[in-house]
This record gives sequence, structure tokens and C-alpha cells, in this order.
Amino acid sequence: MAFCSKNSRTIINNLKSKLGLSRLMNQGSDGCLNNTNPCRFLPLTTLPQLRNPDSYSHKTGHSFCSQRFQSTTSEQQFASLPNGEHSQELDFPGGKVVFSPEMRFLSESPCVYNNCYRVLDDNGQLIGNSNFVQVSEEIAVKMYSSMATLQILDTIFYEAQRQGRISFYLTTIGEEAINIASAAALTSDDIVFPQYREPGVLLWRGFTLQEFANQCFGNKADYGKGRQMPIHYGSNKHNYFTVSSTIATQIPHAVGAAYSLKMDKKDACAVTFFGDGGTSEGDFHAALNFAAVTESPVIFICRNNGWAISTPTSDQFRSEGIAVRGQAYGVRSIRVDGNDALAMYSAVHAAREMAINEHRPVLIEAITYRVGHHSTSDDSTKYRPADEIEWWRMARDPVTRFRKWIETNGWWGSEAESQLRSSIRNELLQAIQIAERAEKPPVNELFTDVYDNIPSNLRDQEKLLRETINRHPADYPADVPF
Amino acid sequence: MLGVVRQKMLGQSLPKIRPVVSVLRSYSSAAKQMTVRDALNSALDEEMSADPKVFLMGEEVGEYQGAYKISKGLLEKYGPERVRDTPITEAGFAGIGVGAAYYGLKPVVEFMTFNFSMQAIDHIINSAAKSNYMSAGQMSVPIVFRGPNGAAAGVGAQHSQCYAAWYASCPGLKVLTPYSSEDARGLLKAAIRDPDPVVFLENELLYGESFPVSDEVLDSSFCLPIGKAKIERVGRDVTITAFSRMVGHALKAAEILEKDGIDAEVINLRSIRPLDRSTINASVRKTNRLITVEEGFPQHGVGAEICASVVEESFAYLDAPVERIAGADIPMPYAANLERIAVPQVEDIVRAAKRACYRSVPLAAAA
Repeated sequence: MAFCSKNSRTIINNLKSKLGLSRLMNQGSDGCLNNTNPCRFLPLTTLPQLRNPDSYSHKTGHSFCSQRFQSTTSEQQFASLPNGEHSQELDFPGGKVVFSPEMRFLSESPCVYNNCYRVLDDNGQLIGNSNFVQVSEEIAVKMYSSMATLQILDTIFYEAQRQGRISFYLTTIGEEAINIASAAALTSDDIVFPQYREPGVLLWRGFTLQEFANQCFGNKADYGKGRQMPIHYGSNKHNYFTVSSTIATQIPHAVGAAYSLKMDKKDACAVTFFGDGGTSEGDFHAALNFAAVTESPVIFICRNNGWAISTPTSDQFRSEGIAVRGQAYGVRSIRVDGNDALAMYSAVHAAREMAINEHRPVLIEAITYRVGHHSTSDDSTKYRPADEIEWWRMARDPVTRFRKWIETNGWWGSEAESQLRSSIRNELLQAIQIAERAEKPPVNELFTDVYDNIPSNLRDQEKLLRETINRHPADYPADVPF
Repeated sequence: MLGVVRQKMLGQSLPKIRPVVSVLRSYSSAAKQMTVRDALNSALDEEMSADPKVFLMGEEVGEYQGAYKISKGLLEKYGPERVRDTPITEAGFAGIGVGAAYYGLKPVVEFMTFNFSMQAIDHIINSAAKSNYMSAGQMSVPIVFRGPNGAAAGVGAQHSQCYAAWYASCPGLKVLTPYSSEDARGLLKAAIRDPDPVVFLENELLYGESFPVSDEVLDSSFCLPIGKAKIERVGRDVTITAFSRMVGHALKAAEILEKDGIDAEVINLRSIRPLDRSTINASVRKTNRLITVEEGFPQHGVGAEICASVVEESFAYLDAPVERIAGADIPMPYAANLERIAVPQVEDIVRAAKRACYRSVPLAAAA
């Protein structure tokens, strides 16, 4: 396959053959996910037992969910039989239809999310026989520093909101690996359409701590001219489209931009992020469908973090996670351990190559956990156990896990650690002070950018506003320039 | 009427002699005739030819030549990348169009009717209209959403709503409502060239209607300014504002009124947002009476906004209360006899104008 031949040099393959690689992206008849697992077809003979699934599973010792057949064997059987009862085919506008005299229903979901790709174990040590894209010391250290910076950024801004210095904040705690590793695997030409829990991508691309603070405080230096709530970052020069509060609307936007990139023949793709909750929106389905049909170079990254505010994924959908949905729409998909920075990096790297060189969309489902509350307007202990949160915060922290890996490689130490943490903290506190004291955007910016050129009615309104301010100067805030 | 009007000026310096509209149309041998359909098709063709960033997207726009044949021949000429047939999901292709516009292309997104745009309205409002403001100018959206709007003939409640008032209430959008072929060509070209998102409301029943077009209109650089209304008929006694198909009704009403000695001034709004308040108010200050006509629902309609504007700016000039003629406050019925009385008729406009002139008028319309 194109991918294998191009990148076999950069891929460390601990297996003797290319078997591992093909497992990574199996394009076999059953798609990416079920290559080693029983398929979705329930054989007719088990139907009597379905009435009492518990008895069946008790007999076989398996859970009901794994009552599946080896899909590779069954489908290949049908394809390779000589002219006989099973080889009847129909030429249909959508493709070939293969008939079967057996009535088989595709089973619904299992309770297990299969084939989650990971490279580092829980202690940050490389798993044997793993395939991944090697990362240099420089990149790895930058990745770790960025992840730690993101953690500190989140902690300090969250505290600032609690102190009443900013009106709102939303943390990325627990999802640092997804943010940073995906950004590291992309280039700065790739266009990013975020949801709102991906400031790490912007951080990686060079958005400074001061720029983050400026947006949160809505001051004169904010690129958004103080028009949006905190965390609604956006920066043209970083190819990061302004965060919009609406859920999942960015997904079809990304497909549209990807289509444009393809028409422009650019060596770049569009990347969009969303959570497990966002995949319930109609926009998700329309976008994936379109991306497949238009063959657009877009990477869909779903942060499946278990919670959509207070809605757990079990109340959000009943499919086997999000990766099967991608598959259902004809989009190549993979499930990844979102807290494994190395696995995320490898998956996004591979996805980007496929998207651009093969003009296809790719879906990555990153399994993770939303350690923080949904936002500063939420108290998640009201709907989930505090010890569950603590366990994910401590035992499954992606930042610690990656640190252990770079320490094992001799690229990091405790001195570097404390130096980084204290310097970032100081830099942040200073940035907040500067941002807080800075002037707000001037009053004329209230009326600009509604349209390309300011229309006459808004010019009149501004004039009226200025007259009112002139008549009542004492009522006008001191930090808003006139 | 239209043949006599000098096309250069936008209705400001019209000659006093106004022959009857329908007679003139068939006698205007000097000007070429063009249907609104052809006007839209030629505008799309010329803009796509001039700018490679312009592309068309929608259901049935390609192979089928357009659900109403507006995009006839374009797939053949420009290929499938620039004339894109889409799967059936308005939310999808509206969002994708907005994404393409964010990147820098100039999509023209077609809704089979604007009733279906409701499935995509979040993208039109939250992703297109507000983006330039919310991003502080970093994300402009040079997109056009176009398609037939309002009632057709016998298509029932879910295919007959007029969306002018809904879209025109949203800052960040521009909303255009062409009537004649000249309007269609000039306004569509202006919309495609405009860096802001534009909602372009056509009318299915106007597609087949022919209007005279001058050479200037036929030129590929022809463009009409957005936000300027056109005075289709100059008058002294009462101002009638209308847009889209209702302009035709208003002109017919004006002919009838003339026989009764009422000289009506008919304003073709052309642009609902921005609304040409100065032209409307100047007209009302001259005639002192105002009737607004629209096809859509009366509450919170375009007429309500015009009435408020006139009350705010020209109250002292009014000699009679402003009257709004609108569609009936019901979902559109299907039966032809009911549909006829659910939409404004010429007689409704005539009676309203007479009421504004304090003439005695019979009460309700006959079915």
C-alpha cells in the first residue's frame, strides 16, 4: 500500500514482517476494526439461543457481546466460491450486491471497544511489538513541555475565574496528549477547526501565554477584539479557526475547507476536533458522509472523553464508540488510546499522509477522560463519583505517562521538571497581570466587522453612542478607550 | 413601463409619461426579452467564468441541470468540481459551503427551496452571518445562499413560506429579493462579488416570466448596488412598497388605481437587508400615504419594519395610517381556491390604497 512503501523507513517495526503495519490499517473486507475479532454477523443457528442470551454466554463462557463470527472467513467464503448458489451478484448503482439465502442480521453494539491502539503502557514504557512513528528528542521534549505548560495554563486560568478575574474558563485537563501530540504530527499549513477543548494545538503552533491571556481578558490586544467569551481563541496566522460555541458545526466547515484545499492542490489537510457528544449532532453525520463522497483530505479527531457535561457516553449513543461510525460512512477509522502521546502522534502522522496523498478523510477516535469539570459553570461531582475523577487524574495522567517515557530515554530529569514548572507559572502570572491591566478594545470596535464595510446605520448608531457618552462621561467605564 | 425607463439611473430620474406596463412589454421591440431563469443562469455563468473561486453546490444542480433549470449547462461547461451535486443534507452542504468560504472560495449554495434552508439555518446564522464579527474580521464568509422563496402554486404549507423577514432580522447577512430579469442579473452578480454572506431569495413563479433587458444589463460587468430600492413607477398619491413577485401585483394595482384617479408610486425594494429606508421615506414624504405589500406572514414581517422606519423618520408626513398587506396568518393551504385567498391579490392592494386615500371601499375579498 502507498503508506507502507513511503514510510517504512520511519516506522519502527518490531515485528519481522509487515504484519503489524497491516494490522494498523487493515483494509480487508471487514474494515479496520474487526480484523482479529469476530464479525458483526450473527449466524442463523444461534438464533434460538438469542432469546435467552445469558444461558448461551454461560455455556460458552463468553459474554454475549462476543458472539460473533470470524468475518474474514465468512465474507471471503462468499467472494471466492465458484458459480454456485452463493455467487449471485447484482450490479447496483452503489456497487456490487452479493446475495445470500441465509437471513443474517448485523448485530447491534458490543459492550467492548475493540482495537484501541496504544504504544506506551500505563507506566510510560514502550509495549513490545508496537508500531509507532519515532519522535526525536527535540520534538519529544517540546511535546512534554507543551503538555506541562497546558496543565499549568489550565490550572491558573481556572483559578483566575474562581477569583472573579475572568468570567468563564474551560480546562483541557486529562486531554493534554490529544492536544499536543496531534498538533506535533501536523504541519503549520494544516487548517485546524477546533471545538473548544483544544487550546494545546494553538499553544504548540506558537500562540503565546500573553495571547491566551489577552483573549480571556478581552483586552485591546485580543485578536477577537473582546467580542467573545474566554477560551474562544482564533488566529489566522496559526491556521486555527476561531472557536465558536455551537457544537459540531465546525465538522462540516472542515470538510468544506478540505475540499477547497484539494481544489487548490495544496500539501495540507483540514483537521477538526470534537467530543463524544458532538457526534450526536446532525452536522457530524452530514460532514462524514460528504467527506467520503467528495474524497476530501480531512482528519476527524474525536475526543471520546466519556462525558458530555453530565451525559455519559452510554446515554449518548449505543454504537461501538465513534470509530465504527466513521467506518459506516466509508471513512477510514482508527481507535487510539488518547492518553498515550506517542500513539496519538503516530496515528495523526499516518492519517495526515493518507488524507493528503490519497485524498481521503480519516477518523481518529481518541479514548480519554475529561478530568476537569465541563467548564467553570459545572460541578461534575454532582453526577459522577469523585474517586473516579481522582483515579483518572492521578493514575491515568497522560502528562506523567509521557514524562516517564522521556525520562527513560534520558531526555528529561527532575531538575528540568521543576525549572519548567516554575518558569511557566511565573510567566503566566505575569501575562495575566499585564492582560488584566491592559485597555479594553475601543468603542468603535463595537460596530466594525458586522459586514466587510461598516453600513450607514451602524455609523449613525456609533455617532449617537458617542454623543451619549459625551453627555454622561461619569457613567462611562474608565478602561474602555474612547 | 420598463422599456421606457432609462436603465442607467436607478429609478431616480424617470420620465413623466408612463404607458401601461403590460402593453409596453409586448411593444418593447428595442430592448431584448429575457426570462428570470436565463438571467440567473447567465449571471452564474459569467461570474464563474470571471472568478475561478466561484463554485455552485446543491441538490440536483449538476446532472439534472438544476431543479428549476437555473444551472442549466453549467456542469458541462465547468466540470464536477465547480458544479457540485450534493447528498441530501442541507445542514451538511451549507456547513461545507461556509467552510469553503472560510478558506477563501466563493460558494454559491442552492437550496431547492428556502423552506429546506431551515435545516441549515444554524449554519446560515451562526456560522456565516456572525463569523466575521465573532472572529474580529479574521474569518470572512463570501458565500451566497440562493433558491426559490415564498409561495409557488399548489405546493402546500411546507413549501410555501417566505423567509425574507427571518433572514433580514439578522445582522451580518445581506438579503436580496430580485423581481425582474434585470434585478436577477444585477443582484446575483453583486451577491457573488460581495465579501459578506448573502441570502438571495428568488421566486419560482417568476422564473418563467420575461422582462425586457437593455444592452447594459446584458453586459458581463453589469452589477446592481446592494441596498438600493428601485422606483418602478413614479406617483404622487400613495406609496406602495413590494418585493419579489408582489412587485408585479403592485404594478397591476397601480394601473387599476390610475383609472380611479389615484396615482400610485411603486417601489421595488430589491434589498430587504439593508433596507433602503431613505428611498422609502423620501417617497412617503412626497405621497404621505404608505401601503406595504409582502407575500409572507404578517406578524414581524417586512412591512412591520418599513412601518416602524416611516413612523420613526417621517411621522409628521403621514396623512393616513400605514397599512400592511401580507399573506394570511395561516400555514399555506393546498386547495387552489384557498391558496388564492391566502396570498395577497391585486384587489387587496387596490382596496388598501383606496382606504389610505379615504375612499369608501367594499369590505372583504370574494373567494
